[in-house]
Amino acid sequence: MSAVPILDRAEAEARCLAAWRDAPGLWGFLTTVDHKRIAGRYVCTTMALLFMAGVLALDMRLQLAFPGMHRMGAQGYNEAFTLHGSTMLFLVSVPVMEAMAMWLVPLMLGQRNMAFPRLNAFSYWTYLGGVLMLWVPHALNVTPDLGWFQYPPLSGPGYAPGHRTDVWAQMITFTEVAALSVSVNTAVTILRMRPLGMTLAKMPLFLWAMLVASVMTILALPAVMLVTSMLIADRLVATHFFDPVAGGDVVLFQHLFWFFGHPEVYIIFVPALGFVAQIVETFSRRRVFGYIPVVLSLLTIAVLAFGLWVHHMFAVGLPKLGASFYTAASMAIALPTGLQIYCWIATLWGGRPRLTTPLLWVIGFIATFVIGGLSGVMTASAPLDLQLTDTYFIVAHLHYVLIGGALFPLFGAFCYWFPKATGRLLSERWGKVSFWLVFGGFNLGFFPMHFLGLMGMPRRIYTYGHEMGWQPLNVVALAGSVIAVGGGLIFVANACFSFKRGAPSGPNPWEASTLEWACASPPPPYNFTHSPVVDSLTPLWPPPQVLPVVTGLSLDEREVLVTSVVDAQPVHRQASAKPSIWPLVSALAVSATFVGSIFTPWALVWGTLPVAAALTAWFWPHRRLTPGARRLLGKAT
Amino acid sequence: MEGSADVILYKRGLLTLAAGLLSGCAGQQSVLSPASDQARTLSWLGLLMGVICLLIYLLVVVLLGLALRRRARPAISPTGEVSGPVEGWLQRGLTIWASFVAAVLVVLAGASFVTDRILATPRGPAPLDVRVTGQQWWWRIAYRSPITGEWIETANELHLPLDRPARIELTSADVIHSFWVPGLHGKLDMIPGRANVLAVTPRKLGWLRGQCAEFCGLEHALMAFDVKVETPAEFQAWLAHQAAPAQARAGPGLALIENGACGGCHTVRGTRAKGRAGPDLTHLASRRALAAKTLSLSHGGLMGWITQPQALKPGAEMPASGLDPERTKALVAYLEALK
Repeated sequence: MSAVPILDRAEAEARCLAAWRDAPGLWGFLTTVDHKRIAGRYVCTTMALLFMAGVLALDMRLQLAFPGMHRMGAQGYNEAFTLHGSTMLFLVSVPVMEAMAMWLVPLMLGQRNMAFPRLNAFSYWTYLGGVLMLWVPHALNVTPDLGWFQYPPLSGPGYAPGHRTDVWAQMITFTEVAALSVSVNTAVTILRMRPLGMTLAKMPLFLWAMLVASVMTILALPAVMLVTSMLIADRLVATHFFDPVAGGDVVLFQHLFWFFGHPEVYIIFVPALGFVAQIVETFSRRRVFGYIPVVLSLLTIAVLAFGLWVHHMFAVGLPKLGASFYTAASMAIALPTGLQIYCWIATLWGGRPRLTTPLLWVIGFIATFVIGGLSGVMTASAPLDLQLTDTYFIVAHLHYVLIGGALFPLFGAFCYWFPKATGRLLSERWGKVSFWLVFGGFNLGFFPMHFLGLMGMPRRIYTYGHEMGWQPLNVVALAGSVIAVGGGLIFVANACFSFKRGAPSGPNPWEASTLEWACASPPPPYNFTHSPVVDSLTPLWPPPQVLPVVTGLSLDEREVLVTSVVDAQPVHRQASAKPSIWPLVSALAVSATFVGSIFTPWALVWGTLPVAAALTAWFWPHRRLTPGARRLLGKAT
Repeated sequence: MEGSADVILYKRGLLTLAAGLLSGCAGQQSVLSPASDQARTLSWLGLLMGVICLLIYLLVVVLLGLALRRRARPAISPTGEVSGPVEGWLQRGLTIWASFVAAVLVVLAGASFVTDRILATPRGPAPLDVRVTGQQWWWRIAYRSPITGEWIETANELHLPLDRPARIELTSADVIHSFWVPGLHGKLDMIPGRANVLAVTPRKLGWLRGQCAEFCGLEHALMAFDVKVETPAEFQAWLAHQAAPAQARAGPGLALIENGACGGCHTVRGTRAKGRAGPDLTHLASRRALAAKTLSLSHGGLMGWITQPQALKPGAEMPASGLDPERTKALVAYLEALK
């Protein structure tokens, strides 16, 4: 037995880097399993799509700003709102939240990578397949044109010939496979890879939020994959699930769709609550008020969210008792949400707030989201909803919830973690300018839509007559949207400029309390040389002289620490997967199967062969022994 | 006196302004100008919920503002923990807030429940039966003939008698539509293979406007209809007139309908035109609008619709007639006589 040599820090870092570095160039790009690189790709793709969806939105607002406008015809407008909604819901909001989790969760856990690194890579390539599935056909004029939820029989074979609907349905299959991959990964990482000492009761709220959102994703997404697959089957092999003439039921589609669709809103919103928790804590310079109420309310939201999908369907003509039940359930969710709002305000009240850009976004979130929450309470009422649903009141409501409730915290999160990701600070001045433009423009543009709805303007109409009196408020909506998009462009310009020229940030510019701020900015490929040990909710408060760590993880092999679910006791060291091309090949094989199944059912049969071959190569066991096994067998390294 | 005249003018100006603002919100298709018991009940519920939500919002914003104002701040330990009297108040505040939110939700859910029950039990004389069927992109409307008791059809214009409940049975012939006349009631979907029933009791004379509220394909935006609430006597006269066969004199126009393409899709009762795909034309000229309110019913409107329907409502089932101007004129002359 030789004495364990005390490692020099620089030497440890060099050895970890050698083990975790990607191959250079294109090969490294295609094979990487670094959660930060993959998450960065995800975020950049979603932001490009956010921009395109925003341009579509401006185009639609221009079309509606003048009665009888001929900028777009009916077909053009129907395609625009379908692309806008499908892109925002399936390709931007959900993936961007998952990407933030993919980037942050290992860092916040002091881990070197996620539980299943190759699954991350597979997830991104599949997601990219979904993006191309929607936008390449758009370039070929096979754009879906029936909205982001395509109710049969309108979307059935009788009324939607051609492949527009198939494109939409298959895009969903792609994105849901991708989302399930990330969610499983996130949930397992949070449950089994927490650092020593980070029991469930000492887990930062962001991790709680991501755990809840991941489990919700795993439970909700199969419903939409099922329903779109049934729709594809109706169209491809005439199964008649949704054909009333042949004994099918059109309302079944709506039930299955919204059984996914309502939790989906919370799958987007709950991660945003996680951002809010971290930002409020850091910039109030105190612990979040009411940790336990916040965790309990997150769990309550997760349960209730699955019990209120029918409030999207009150106008279907339901039995009164059923409608009343869903009214009560929908209103009940305002209680946990209201508790959280109270906790954020109380944290600010009892803290020492610093009005930085990330906190401004959170304040904007509270001021905006609460409007969406309250209009949600109004639409939860089954009778009142009959006047409000499918009008501009709902358009206002859903944008207040999704933009105010999810995108504002997301923008705050971008500002907050930008220094960690890039090593540079954003300009505070331009950050504030972009905040006020987006916040002001959004409220100017979308608040009047509540009144448009009350004035009888339905959703999804491409034009209206002058006599309806809807023009003035539509012009205001256009003006507000232009201002908000302008603010968004300033935000992006600020990020691009600061990425090149921003002041260096150092590891912890905000004096924040969680573990991701303990590693370098930007984090090296291995994140941490050693796994940290945690003894409180705020491990970096006060800043430790030396961060306590456990040793024993290999510095020369890709290894991660696996701990127990509740107490985070060390269980074993696990070899972490190396870079591989097979996730990409598997994603290509899956994509070929999905695309082919639009045209022929045989694609599902023949498609399994390349998928099976790629997965076999992916999981081919290697004969190299792990360092631990080598020691056990007494073999020399 | 000049001064008082100014004041009167000023007051009048204010009144006009207020009326203008209100009428801006209160068109023929507005939730804010209810014309039936049901719509009024719903508007009261909406007002109650709107006011409560507004007050809660103001409360949240005031609390947020107070939380951020400049003032002495509590001491915070290096580990981020806070203790002291403020923390105690915040703890108690959490309980109060939770109880307050729960109480408000109980009130709102209760109000919603009661409203739902009131809507489900309309009172008054025996209801009038009406059937409305949604079709891409127009409304087939049927009443029972007061003479024969058979269903007689019209399209895109719903007539209802004042103060008598109407039982409107809704279904669809193709995809899902939604029947929405904000002045009468909330919307209710028209679903193929199902029948929904909407009960309304109109309380105000005059015209209302309705529109399809569930996306139903290409021309969803151009699927509207007129509603006329009239006195029972007027309504009976209107219904008797609608039940009667066409009263226009036969001529070259009728020959075109019977022998040309029109009769394949349209019915003119009392003639050989018995098509079922399109709207019943028996009393076309008694209506206000054409093609589910795409056009007003006028000479120009009819000429345009017959010659160029695909330019006015692309995708509609109505094909261009392909008739020369002379025959088109004859056809329109006949249609205009279908009072």
